[in-house]
This record gives sequence, structure tokens and C-alpha cells, in this order.
Amino acid sequence: MLEVRDLRVSFHTEQGLMQAVDGVSFDVKEGEILGVVGESGSGKTVSLLAVMGLISDPNAVITGSIRYRGRELVGLPPRDMRKLRGREIAMIFQDPMTALTPVYTIGWQIAEQIMAHEKIGKAAARTRAIDLLAEVNMSDPAEAVDRYPHQLSGGMRQRAVIAMALSCNPALLVADEPTTALDVTVQAQILDLMRKLQRNHKSAVVFITHDMGVIAEIADRVMVMYAGRIVESGSKRDLFLDPRHPYTRALLDSIPPLAGKRPRRLRSIPGSPPSLLDRPAGCSFGPRCPKRFDRCAAQPALTGASHAAACFLVAPP
Amino acid sequence: MSETPLLEAVEVSKRFTVGSRFSVRGRHIVHAVDAVSLAVRPGEPVGLVGEAGCGTSTLGRCMVRLYDITSGTLRFNGVDISGKSMREMRPLRKEVQMVFQDPYASLNPRRRVRDIIAEPLRVHSKLPGEAIKTRVAELLDLVGLHRDHAMRFPHEFSGGQRQRIGIARAIALAPKLIVLDEPVSALDVSVQAQIVNLLADLQERLKLTYVFIAHDLSVVRQVSTRIAVMYLGSIVELGRAEDIFARPAHPYTQALISAVPVPDITKSGSRSRIVLSGDVPTPVNPPSGCRFHPRCPMAQDRCRTERPVLSPPDGGRRVACHFPL
Repeated sequence: MLEVRDLRVSFHTEQGLMQAVDGVSFDVKEGEILGVVGESGSGKTVSLLAVMGLISDPNAVITGSIRYRGRELVGLPPRDMRKLRGREIAMIFQDPMTALTPVYTIGWQIAEQIMAHEKIGKAAARTRAIDLLAEVNMSDPAEAVDRYPHQLSGGMRQRAVIAMALSCNPALLVADEPTTALDVTVQAQILDLMRKLQRNHKSAVVFITHDMGVIAEIADRVMVMYAGRIVESGSKRDLFLDPRHPYTRALLDSIPPLAGKRPRRLRSIPGSPPSLLDRPAGCSFGPRCPKRFDRCAAQPALTGASHAAACFLVAPP
Repeated sequence: MSETPLLEAVEVSKRFTVGSRFSVRGRHIVHAVDAVSLAVRPGEPVGLVGEAGCGTSTLGRCMVRLYDITSGTLRFNGVDISGKSMREMRPLRKEVQMVFQDPYASLNPRRRVRDIIAEPLRVHSKLPGEAIKTRVAELLDLVGLHRDHAMRFPHEFSGGQRQRIGIARAIALAPKLIVLDEPVSALDVSVQAQIVNLLADLQERLKLTYVFIAHDLSVVRQVSTRIAVMYLGSIVELGRAEDIFARPAHPYTQALISAVPVPDITKSGSRSRIVLSGDVPTPVNPPSGCRFHPRCPMAQDRCRTERPVLSPPDGGRRVACHFPL
């Protein structure tokens, strides 16, 4: 349904060209949940913003191909993109406060979105908004519809944003760290809700997060990004039971366990992610990798079919 | 281990007044911390856990007297410090330090790393300039930064390195107690583990005692031997870390632990998960009785009217619940 091929996004900055996304290719199939994991600066958000056509920075250069149901999105005029966005592809952002306008009620904001894409009257749009709020388990939706964002808690705001994203029943939903700003118990509610909605609406979801735990809960397939590239991709089982890239393995190891014996020390990854302005030659993870050897001076390609990793240690199948 | 607690909070409360400054009717009182008693014994790191609005940060700040407490008593090494003035507190600042959550906001962007770390030494010690320089170099080594970094400014560092600078500043005076308020939650996962390890090393080498505030339960479990779980300003469960994680006694603790997403797909299916409904209520107008009852899956009539108090210690464990698990 979504085919991304060799996507590159770079920004001209005062310090030179910053390559935020560097040759990323992936597919999203109908009805699946694709988890995208990576640390800050790994390019996970930027690549999906490019899919949404939401990079408006005049210094940005986007190349490659993004095909949505056969239609090329790179270079699509903003007018056409706007028709698609919200109706076919919707996005949920990390911070629900900034995703909502503080000066209008949430009901107004949801109704506006519906009216922008469908021929529907004001009263009918409002009724739909109330139904949507009920669907996302908002307590007392008939009353909540007239609330302003500041009158709601973080979890309730995120529910309103999800309701808005679902208003036109999109085929593809991009969720960018939707639970990161929330408390653990509320995060659990939202994850439950997203799973339920995905089942009911049969939308495909791209779920961006930095939390391997969240990925384990929600994703069908996983894509691990590091410094603007995909380092490993595969089914959830492949990735958690047989991580092939040293970065994926290190990421899983660095999380303190919640049960069992407490390790004396955590296995941490030395150093910090590279600056995108000054990327190391060869494998980007090389300087931090415990298994580095002489071949790592060249850049490894992503090899493998359903379970692929970009590492010279992974023998091609 | 001595019997006198390093820091002891007895019935400490902190109330804030919010709302209109001009009309009495628009004013509300927030009970951020409500009669909390907690003893921190030397060498025994305590973890404070709770969601946003539960009072963990406020309690941490009260402990170092960044906030004046509204009522109750705070004792440091047996000495009452609750009413001490700023000037009287000054000698104690050497003993108690704090590390903040945001390594971007807690370092002065216009000062060099050298000066940031040397500041507490200049204020509190009578060391000559040369000795301060040596000490700063030692501290940089200790937290895993390069000595050349001393002349740089905070913006030249990554988040993890900045947090190391903040830690170097906190340990500069060789304090006895450090309150760490969410020290790793602003960092990337791969860097979090580095800082957690660094904190463990420093604790061993410098004989530090930590009060570790975090919402990430797996991190808290890694660094503390005792844990206090807070809900809406009060401690609901207190005990040894292993016990609490193995057998949580308070329904809130149980829900909190079960809500943590675990990166282990072999277990996530078998784990029974308790999803609480609703949010943490506002501390302006807390629920009657047990403050957790509107969200508690096991709430009964008694919970709606009668507020449970912390039980007497049973094998080191205390819980504030009428029907503990």
C-alpha cells in the first residue's frame, strides 16, 4: 500500500548539508502495524514527515520515491497532497497540546476536519465528533465535545487527537511517539485503544517510538533506524528473538529488566549517536560497535528478504 | 550501617496556593505532598516512584530545602533543618546536592564547564585556585569526560555528556546525599544505561546515598534498594525493591508495574495486564477516602469513606490500603 524507495531527505544548514534520511526503503502493507524504532536524530520522524508531505522547510531536499496505492507522492502539488492528508493518511503527534488549537473546542476541531473532506452539515459533523469521542473512550463525550484542550488531561487530549485522526477513516495512520509524553498507566490505556481501533478500522499504522517495550506490545513488523538509515527490519519475532544487527542487540540489552535478578551493571552502548553533519565513513554504528572489524570501513547494505540487517557480520542467506 | 537516618522526613507536607492572586474565591490549595514520612538511611538508595502530579519531585525538592515545607519536620543527620534560614542552610548544602532532569536547562549556557563544576568549590571550600583546577580535572575523569572538555560551553555537548557535567557539579563537594530528579528520562535509551552505570559506580566509590526520583520503574529497580510509591501526594507503598517488584501489595503499585511495556515478546503475552481507567486526579480537589479508589479495580465501600494509613512495617514493607494484595 505504501512503497518507499531510496528516500533521502537533507537540509541545507549553516554548518553544511545535513543528511537526515539517507536512502531508506520500506513497505507498509494493508492493515499491519509497522513499528519504527530509533534514538533521537535517527531520522525516524523525518522520513515519515516526508511521507505525509509535511516538510515545508525551503532548505530541505527530498529525493527518492514514495508511492501510496500506486500514486507517487514526492513532488505532488500541495493542493493534491492536502486532499490525501487527513482523508487517506492521517498523523498523530507526540505532544497533543501542540497538535490542538488552544482557542477552539475539540469538537469544533474534529468537525472542521470532517467538513474539510466531506460534504456534511455542521450539526451532522458535530454528531460524528461525539461518536468519535465515544469511540476513543472519552468519558462523557457529549460534554467533552465542548471542552477546550487546556481543560483536558494529557491522556484525554491524546484521545481527542486520535479521534480527529480517525474522523475520515484513513487507510494509513502515522503515529509519532503518541504515548511518550504520557504517564505509564495512561500509556497502557492509549496502547490498548490503538490496538482496538486498528482492529475495527483495519487501518495500517506506522508507529514511531524509541521504546522497545512499546514496540513489543504493538507492532507486527519492526524497522530499526540509526543515523538516517535502516539497520535492521523484520517481523517482531525475528527482531526480538534473533536480533542480527549489533545495534539492535545492544539496544535490547541496555534496558534494565523488570523481573528476575538485577544485573550489577547494565550493558550500555559507549559514546553517543553521530552528528548527521559529520557522519563517520563506512558503517555509522562502527565507532560504537563492540564487534567492529576492518570491513566496517565500508558501508554495509541492508541484506536479507523478510528479516534484513545492514551488517557485514550477517551472512547473506 | 548506623541507626540514625541520614535524612528523615516526618509528616512533611507541602501546599501550594494556585489561582487568582487577587480574589480569595479564585484561590485553591494544592496538597502536593501530604504528610509524608520517609527515612533515608546512609548507603541505602531510595527510589521515589509515581506518575505526574503525584508529588515525587516536590518531595525531592523539599528534602533539599529548595522548597520550604508547609508543615512537618525534616532532619538531616538527626538535626532539625525544617525551619533553618538560607544562611543557616549554607553549611549543609555541602552535604546535600541535587541533579536535575533537564540537562539543557540546568547548566548555565554562558559559562564554561570548568566554571560550572568549580562553582560549588569556590563557594564552599577554601581551596586555592590551583587546587580547584586539579579537583575539576579529577571530577571530569570521575564522570567519564575528557579533561579537554573543561574549556567548552554546555551547548557543545550531547544530552548524556551534559548530564555528566551536572553529576560532576553535584559530587564536587563530596556530599553525603544526592537527590536525583528524573536524571535519565530526557536521555536516549542507549545513553540512559551509561548514566545509570555511572551513578552505580560513583555510589560505590564515593559512598553516596541517593534519593532517585523517576517514573521509569525499570530504571528505579536498577538503582535503588528501597522504593516508595507515591500517589496524589502520599506514599502508598514502601519497601525493599525486590519485594515490591516481586509481590506488589498496593493495587496502584501492581497496576504501575504491569503497565510498563516489556521488550520481551515471549513474556508479554503471558503477563496479565491491569489497565487502569482514568487519570491521576487533580490534587486541588482529591477524592474522598482512599485517594486511589476511583481508579482502583478492587475498591469497596470502605475505600470511599475511610482513608487508609501506612501499615506498621511488616518485614520492612508498609502499605496504605484497606485490602492489600
